[in-house]
Amino acid sequence: MKENTVNKGTRDAYGEILVELGKDNKNIVVLDADLGSSTRAKKFGDSYPERFFNVGIAEQNMMGIAAGLACTGKTVFASTFAIFATGRPWEQIRNSICFSKLNVKIVATHGGITVGEDGGSHQSVEDISLMRSLPNMNIIIPCDYIETKKAIREIIKIKEPYYVRLGRAKYPIITSDDTPFEFGKGIVFKEGNDVSLISTGTMIDFSLKAAEELAKNNISAEVIHLHTIKPIDEQLILATSVKTGAIVTIEEHSIIGGLGSAVSESVCANHPVPVERIGIQDKFGRSGTPSELIKAYNLDVPDICAAARKVINKKGS
Amino acid sequence: MLSNEKLNELKTFSQKVRKKIVQILGLAGSGHPGGSLSSADIIVALYSGIMKYDPLKPRMAERDRFVLSKGHACPALYVVLAFKGFFPVEDLDTLRKLGSHLQGHPDMKSTPGIDMSAGSLGQGLSAACGIALAGKIDDKEYFTYCIIGDGESQEGQVWEAAMFAAHNKLNNLIVFLDFNKLQIEGKVKDIIGPLNFQDKWQSFGWHVQVINGHSYEHIFQAVSAAKQEKEKPSIIISNTIKGKGVSFMEGNLSFHGATPTEEEIQKAIEEINGI
Repeated sequence: MKENTVNKGTRDAYGEILVELGKDNKNIVVLDADLGSSTRAKKFGDSYPERFFNVGIAEQNMMGIAAGLACTGKTVFASTFAIFATGRPWEQIRNSICFSKLNVKIVATHGGITVGEDGGSHQSVEDISLMRSLPNMNIIIPCDYIETKKAIREIIKIKEPYYVRLGRAKYPIITSDDTPFEFGKGIVFKEGNDVSLISTGTMIDFSLKAAEELAKNNISAEVIHLHTIKPIDEQLILATSVKTGAIVTIEEHSIIGGLGSAVSESVCANHPVPVERIGIQDKFGRSGTPSELIKAYNLDVPDICAAARKVINKKGS
Repeated sequence: MLSNEKLNELKTFSQKVRKKIVQILGLAGSGHPGGSLSSADIIVALYSGIMKYDPLKPRMAERDRFVLSKGHACPALYVVLAFKGFFPVEDLDTLRKLGSHLQGHPDMKSTPGIDMSAGSLGQGLSAACGIALAGKIDDKEYFTYCIIGDGESQEGQVWEAAMFAAHNKLNNLIVFLDFNKLQIEGKVKDIIGPLNFQDKWQSFGWHVQVINGHSYEHIFQAVSAAKQEKEKPSIIISNTIKGKGVSFMEGNLSFHGATPTEEEIQKAIEEINGI
């Protein structure tokens, strides 16, 4: 693991890896709904204009075109902001893409509340939930710049629908080139015995910091990053439930239907232990800076520590 | 021009197709006779000389593609595919039954010859655009055909796709509008008019033709004119009659989504034989 000094955007990784992969893989076609500069998908268009299409502000049509292209054997990437990638065209994703298990990779940026100043209309806190309920859909939420590249490299090998959620802000680089990335397998960043902190996406940084804080009070936290939300890593969740007997989930998403729900479902089915869910508490977002919003919506390090203490107290009660 | 022989062949085949549609919908006990019969002649024509395909190689790369965006008319497509050899004709009797590969709406993963799953209205044209676009990217010579409905055209996505196809010069895309003037709740014009489809599609930058959607001469001519178009995608506005071929179903709203009784099936078959 590296020092948390370099901040880079996961969306920047997306644009760069697309350009890299597109060089040899002529089968890749990239679509965007007029946000290509922001999603970085346009970088692919700058290099391979004949395989990049800005479909205009028409997300439903974009998903249909993606489906049609995939029918012919193309590997299709479709990008826009998370809210417009999953909310507006949900039924197109369901019926035109997932129903026939087509090879479309929906890579959305601007997930969660750290979109910031644009406010609640543009902050997607329901997208994981929306995508998770779809049969045949796989979901990945990378934790940093390096892992984003690995994830994109990995998913083009599997000809199935994927939803990849990326953010807007620049985030600390947590992983290194040597950190393993296996689709469907979570990563244990720190071993511990008293409580499991399970996060997804860029919340890993907060989770690691919370573990350091807890250690000061002699609480040993196990820190797990689940980059794959679907299929969820049941084995790892079971192992950590047995080991620590208390779980906190941490996500920049509604506590309904996202990581917290997925982990709780798995825990309930396999080895019931208390679970506390850090996330957006069934609310819409608001305007503010990313760090203000992290505090205002109780996703910060002290919130995670408080949840850890609370869930430890529930053990065996 | 179609020869008299070809016209007779098409007429005989369409009678066979119409009878089978009515029969299998009766067996299924649910489904959509009205739209199946209004689009039947277009589908018959597509698979009887217009489209390039091989029933033994349904995924052949060079084939022409077909997307039935108004997927509820799939009985017509299933019947034509079966008679053309994509799967056994006996399978038609399993339409809509548990375990059948013939789903209530087209499913490309189940049925040989179905190029794209469809049924949720408004989505098929976008997929057809994607298929046509892939042909352009790869410089392939196939054409993509699509049938949309008049009621379906109330979906906004249809017009998103219309803009995309014109902008990207998808002249390898040929769309039929099954203009049968009825939808579930009534006459299309009473629900969302005006029905100025010709003006609409022209203003969206498409090559527009208006034909009788039950005339094989019209359909074949319109397709060959569409294929001559150098830049624009084509729409063939096909005036059709809902329930065409069975007098008591023609223009009868109750046969949008209701199937015939045994007695009605007999009556329909006798009538189709006499066309």
